[in-house]
Amino acid sequence: MSTTVQSLVNQPYKYGFITQIESDTIPAGLSEDVIRLISAKKNEPAFMLEFRLKAYRQWLKMTEPNWAEVGYPPIDYQKIVYYSAPKVQEKKKSLDEVDPTLLETFEKLGISLSEQKRLSNVAVDAIFDSVSVATTFKEKLAKDGVIFCSISEALQEHPDLVQKYLGSVVPVADNYFAALNSAVFTDGSFVFIPKGVKCPMELSTYFRINNGESGQFERTLIVAEEGASVSYLEGCTAPMYDSNQLHAAVVELVALDNAEIKYSTVQNWYAGDADGKGGIYNFVTKRGLCQGVNSKISWTQVETGSAITWKYPSCVLVGDNSVGEFYSVALTNNRQQADTGTKMIHIGKNTRSTIVSKGISAGNSNNSYRGLVKVGPKAEGARNYSQCDSMLIGDNAGANTFPYIQVQNNSAKVEHEASTSKIGEDQLFYFTQRGISLEDAIAMMISGFCRDVFNQLPMEFAVEADKLLALKLEGSVG
Amino acid sequence: MVIGNSDVILSVKDLTANVDETPILKGINLEIKAGEIHAIMGPNGSGKSTLSKVLAGHPAYEVTGGEVSYLGQNLLDMEPEDRARSGVFLAFQYPLEIPGVSNLDFLRVAYNSKRKHEGLEELDAFDFDDLVQEKLGIVKMDAAFLNRSVNEGFSGGEKKRNEILQMAILEPKLGILDETDSGLDIDALRIVANGVNQLAHSNNAMLVITHYQRLLEYIIPDYVHVMANGRIIRTGGKELALELEERGYDWLLEAEAVV
Repeated sequence: MSTTVQSLVNQPYKYGFITQIESDTIPAGLSEDVIRLISAKKNEPAFMLEFRLKAYRQWLKMTEPNWAEVGYPPIDYQKIVYYSAPKVQEKKKSLDEVDPTLLETFEKLGISLSEQKRLSNVAVDAIFDSVSVATTFKEKLAKDGVIFCSISEALQEHPDLVQKYLGSVVPVADNYFAALNSAVFTDGSFVFIPKGVKCPMELSTYFRINNGESGQFERTLIVAEEGASVSYLEGCTAPMYDSNQLHAAVVELVALDNAEIKYSTVQNWYAGDADGKGGIYNFVTKRGLCQGVNSKISWTQVETGSAITWKYPSCVLVGDNSVGEFYSVALTNNRQQADTGTKMIHIGKNTRSTIVSKGISAGNSNNSYRGLVKVGPKAEGARNYSQCDSMLIGDNAGANTFPYIQVQNNSAKVEHEASTSKIGEDQLFYFTQRGISLEDAIAMMISGFCRDVFNQLPMEFAVEADKLLALKLEGSVG
Repeated sequence: MVIGNSDVILSVKDLTANVDETPILKGINLEIKAGEIHAIMGPNGSGKSTLSKVLAGHPAYEVTGGEVSYLGQNLLDMEPEDRARSGVFLAFQYPLEIPGVSNLDFLRVAYNSKRKHEGLEELDAFDFDDLVQEKLGIVKMDAAFLNRSVNEGFSGGEKKRNEILQMAILEPKLGILDETDSGLDIDALRIVANGVNQLAHSNNAMLVITHYQRLLEYIIPDYVHVMANGRIIRTGGKELALELEERGYDWLLEAEAVV
């Protein structure tokens, strides 16, 4: 089977092109001076520089985590470029002023930023290497009081809001990569939904790494005030390089009383070639705080790219009756490694969480689910339901499940279900013997396997995700 | 019965095949014409199931020699899905479970793949549903099975009936039944056999692989072939099956000096 399955999975990565554009890049290396330089380039308020330096000093004292089921050579942090931006003097007010090369780049990626072609109900913030190049529908959203802009812009225009919430969910010294991000992050998206407002359209950020030596350290902050709600989606791609690029992002979500945040990710960073050369190291910290009563945070992720994924979108359920959800499809192929899952921390009474994780491993890849369900002593009536399913394609792929459950309250109910299935030669032969092509067979099985998760994606993206997985797996069976 | 060459559905000449480098088929010769039912019997390990998989194109079986012509085409040159779309149907001895894919979707995609291959328009979900409802009666299956995942949690008998339902929908030119009777109680056996009898007609042919003559009481074969050690060692009429039932295989193996 190996050859057919393999050739199906090994489709060329179609986002691997490099954009030739003049950029403002600082020399590689990290020091307090570099951090001061970044902060100065971005003309940041004083508190931000303090925040960065504090994070940096903490980071120096920390060591890289090594507990994940992933292996990679040591990263030389002095060889990374921490700031790279397309050469523009200032953020453009109108898209007409944005460098056409950039617009073209995003056009090629299927993200239209131009007024005529953009998706009518999705606002997009496009981030190229370290900076945001354009945000659509800003004025329209502003009419409802919704702030959607790059975090650099937010630091200029809404410094108080940023200062209030930045680092409130993921403290600067939370973990090694979060501390690094806090020290050097260059851009990201900021969303603020005021009291009682239901955001009228989907918000979306599109991340693109272009520079071969630069790391991407973006920072996203989403705040939904009392009774507010928003659905947000991020997508990401990168060119193909032989070297590995580091992507260490931090995402913080804050939901006040009765607020709801839905955060979806379709991650398609370059995964490296069939022998594991190149690809993105995707070391990301994502955490949502259900601070208010009856608040809800829902993470949906479709992880298909990256050489290594290390990522645990989590919910801290502080408000009574708050709800946390995590729906995940993680697909690995060739030499890809993924160690991903979630943490559900139940603190308030009657808090509920749901975890649905689907791992698909093909080729020689390794895919681990790692999840923590923690119920604190005061979380009366807390409930969790977890379901972790793995699917193996071919004979050389691996899947692991590491569920951690800590319960300190007797009234809590925690359920965990797990299964492993395999797409094998005989199953595929059963399809082909009925006249169904291998491609259709795999697509049908994968789509059935992932249905519970895809149903959670915003409609515009569910179809895309389905196609993306089918494409990624083409050639993987045979 | 006088049948011209044009009515030959399957012609196998000196077919040899390996599994994991081990020769299993050692020179099979077989000709099947339209309107015929052939039975292949034989002891365990004689290569019966291998023959069915090789004809259907299972990738783990390597053909090392010989020719197979199917409706005048070189069958061995065709991909498994193309063989299926051209009318070769294998009812599996152990039908596979496909979690997450509904029986109805599976049937529809299979049926439409065949329609497309024949240059016909694909049936939409509504028309297809009508077709399935009509076919369910052939194997006395409840419509509730359609919305369950393919074979998942089905009993042995339900899985075999599901195979015959698929066959009823795909209307093969050559139906190969690989030990369809194994694991069936007498009621299920009767339902499955009746299903096959309803589907066999003058324009197609059936190749029934079985261990026991029990199935052949319900599906009456025109020819019975006995396989041993990768060859067909004797061919006779339906009375050969009865003789085998009574005397076992050993006398025949000895007579043919196979052991």
